[in-house]
Amino acid sequence: MADLAVDAEGLSKLYKLGQRESYSTLRDVLGRAIAGPSRLLRRGREVAAPAEPNETFWALRDVSFDVRHGDVLGVIGRNGAGKSTLLKVLTRITQPTEGRVEMHGRAGSLLEVGTGFHPELTGRENVYLNGSILGMRKNEIAAKFDDIVAFSEIERFLDTPVKRYSSGMYVRLAFAVAAYMEPEILIVDEVLAVGDVAFQKKCLSKMGDAASSGTTVLLVSHNMAVIESLCSRAMLLEQGRLLHIGETAAVVEEYLSLVSTVASQDLAQRTDRQGNGRLRFTRVGFRPDDSGQLSDMAQCGRDLEFVADFTSDGDLTNVNASVAVYAPSGQCLIVLDSDMAGMMLDPVPKQGRFSCRIRRLPLAPGQYYLNLFCTAGGEIADWVQNAASFSVEAGDFFGSGKLPPAGHGGLLVEQEWACDDNDASAVEPPTVEPG
Amino acid sequence: MSDRVCKAPVVVIEPPRKRVPLDLKDLWDYRELFATLAARDLKVRYKQTELGIAWAIIQPLFAMVVFSVIFGHFAGFSSRTAGVPYPVFTYVALLPWTYFAGTLGRTGNSMVASANLITKVYFPRLVIPLSSVVAGLVDLAIAFVVLLGMMVFYRIIPTWGALLLPLLVLLATLASLGVGLWLAALNVEYRDIGYVIPFLAQIWMYVTPVAYPASVIPERWQTLYALNPMMGVVQGFRWALLGGMPFPAFPLAMSVLFVGLFLVTGLFYFRRMERTFADVV
Repeated sequence: MADLAVDAEGLSKLYKLGQRESYSTLRDVLGRAIAGPSRLLRRGREVAAPAEPNETFWALRDVSFDVRHGDVLGVIGRNGAGKSTLLKVLTRITQPTEGRVEMHGRAGSLLEVGTGFHPELTGRENVYLNGSILGMRKNEIAAKFDDIVAFSEIERFLDTPVKRYSSGMYVRLAFAVAAYMEPEILIVDEVLAVGDVAFQKKCLSKMGDAASSGTTVLLVSHNMAVIESLCSRAMLLEQGRLLHIGETAAVVEEYLSLVSTVASQDLAQRTDRQGNGRLRFTRVGFRPDDSGQLSDMAQCGRDLEFVADFTSDGDLTNVNASVAVYAPSGQCLIVLDSDMAGMMLDPVPKQGRFSCRIRRLPLAPGQYYLNLFCTAGGEIADWVQNAASFSVEAGDFFGSGKLPPAGHGGLLVEQEWACDDNDASAVEPPTVEPG
Repeated sequence: MSDRVCKAPVVVIEPPRKRVPLDLKDLWDYRELFATLAARDLKVRYKQTELGIAWAIIQPLFAMVVFSVIFGHFAGFSSRTAGVPYPVFTYVALLPWTYFAGTLGRTGNSMVASANLITKVYFPRLVIPLSSVVAGLVDLAIAFVVLLGMMVFYRIIPTWGALLLPLLVLLATLASLGVGLWLAALNVEYRDIGYVIPFLAQIWMYVTPVAYPASVIPERWQTLYALNPMMGVVQGFRWALLGGMPFPAFPLAMSVLFVGLFLVTGLFYFRRMERTFADVV
C-alpha cells in the first residue's frame, strides 16, 4: 500500500441535469419552496440524496483504480466520458457523490494554464499570484522565480501588464509557472495543446523530466501521440465508467476502435446540429475506390471521395457545402469547401448526394474527425460537428514506402529534395519540420 | 524516495458529510493565498482610473456635501446634532457606512467574480470572501485622514473613546462579512442576489442614522431600531470621535449579538454550500 500515490475506490459523481449549464433564479426556487418549504434549505443535501433519477446523470460511475508513485497515467475517452469530472474530483474542486480517494503526497493540479492571471497586473506580479493559487509558497516562488522567467522567455516584458501580452506570451508565462510547481502528484488536463510547436515541445520535455524524476502524473489528453510518448499506463473512460486500465498501447487501441464505432452512427438521427434545416445531412462516408461501397476507412496516398447524402426542401439556391477534417487534438487540418473551390452545387435535389474527390489523401495514418457544414442563400442550413470519425491506414504516399514516425502525423506534403555543391558557402540545406 | 513517501501527507477525498466542520486549520494553511488575493485586489483596485485612490475620498465627501444640503439644510437636521456641525456629524457616520456597504457588495459578489478560480483550483473557498475585505480597509484609512482634517477645521477634539475605534471597525467588518457570506453563497446559485445587494445597501442606509441623528426616531421604536447592527457601529463612531452623547451601550450590545449570529450561521452555511460551488457557479 505504501507505494501507492493515488488509491481510488468506487468513485461516482452525480450531476443534476442542467446544473452545470445554468443557475436557478429565486423565482423557480420560491415556486418550489411553496410546494415544500423545507426543500429550499435542504438543497445542500440533495446532492447526496437525489430525488428524481431522470433529472440526474452519473458523470462518473464506480471508478476504481490506483496509481503507483512515479507512474504516468494517461486518462483518455471521448468528450463527455467523465475525464474532466474525474480530474475535478481528484483535485478536490468538487466532491464525489460516492467512493473514496486517498492521495499520498502533495498534489498539484493544472486544469488550465494561467488560472487567476489578472490582466491589469504585470508578468512579475502574475507569477506570484498564479503560483500561490497553484499552491506554491511565497519563498518557493521567489526561489524559482529566475528559472520560471527563463523558461517563459519573456524577460523583457516582465513589468508589462499581461493584458498587453500576445496570447503566445501569456501562455508561455502561465505554463512556466506551472512547470515549476513540482508537486509529488501532478494532475494535468489537456493544457499541452497550447502555444507554438517549439514551446509545446519544451513543455512536453519538461513533463517528461518531471515523470522521470519520480513525479506521479495523471494526464488527460485527446492527443494519442502525447499519451503514447509520455504515459506508462492509461485508463479509458466511457460514459462515466472505467472501461480499461493497463498498458498504454492496448488502451489507446481500444479508444480508437471505440471512436470509430461512434462514427458509423446514423447521421440522420443526430439532434445536436445547428442550422435552419432546409437541408439535412443524412449519411456521410468515403468511397476509397470506384466500387461504390461506402466505408469509414481510408488509406493515405490513395484517391478518396468524401460523400454526404442529404435531404432538402428542393428549391435551394446558392448552396455551399463544406467538410472540415480534424485531428484528434482538435486541430483543423483540411477544409474542403465547394465555394472556396469555385464549384456550383445548384440546383440541389430533394434527395441527393454531395461528393468531393481529393487526389492522393495527404493524411498520415491515424484517427480523424470531420464536421459537415452547408449554407443555402447565405444562411446556415445544416451544421453537424463531429459528424463522423474515420481512420486513415498507412499507405505509400511518398513512393518510398516510408511515413513520418507514428505520432508525428498530420499532413503529408509532396516534397522534392536536393543537395547542391555551394563550394565554400555555408548555406544549410532547407529543413522541413514534420507536422 | 522512500522517506518522501513516508512523510507524504495523505489527503482523503470523500463524499460530503452531513455535518460540515469549519476546518479553520485548512484555512490557516492557505493564509498566503489570502494575502496574495488581498494584495491583488489592492493593486488592481484603481488601475486605469484617472483619479486613482482619490475615489476613496470622493465617495464619502460627495455624499457629505449632498446630505449637508438636503438633510442638514433643507430638512433642518442641522439643528438636531447636539451642536456638532452637520458636515462632520454625517461624515463621521459615512466612514463606517461606506466601508460597510462597499465590503458587503464586494464580499457578496466575490464568489461569482472568482468563478474561474473556483472551477479550476482547490483551496478553502472562504479565502475569497475573506480576502475581499482588505481593500476596503485601505479606503477607510484614507477617508479617515480627511475626517481628521475636518475635525481640525471645526476644532473638535475626539474623546478617549477614539481608542475603541479599531474595535468598532472590526465590528463593521464582521457585520459585512456575516451578511456577505450569506449573500456570496446564495449568489453562486441565485444570481438574483447580484441585484439585491445594491438595493439592500440603499435601504439599509436609510434605517441607519447616517444622514440624520438617531434621536429623530421616536423612543418607542428605538429598541426595534437597534436591531440594525450598523446602528451601534455608527453611533459608536459618533460617540468616540464627537463626544457629547452617552455611550451607545444597548445598540452596541445588540450589534455584537446580531453580528455574531450572522457570522456563525453565515460561516456554516457557506461551508455547507461550498462543496457544490464548483458544480453550480
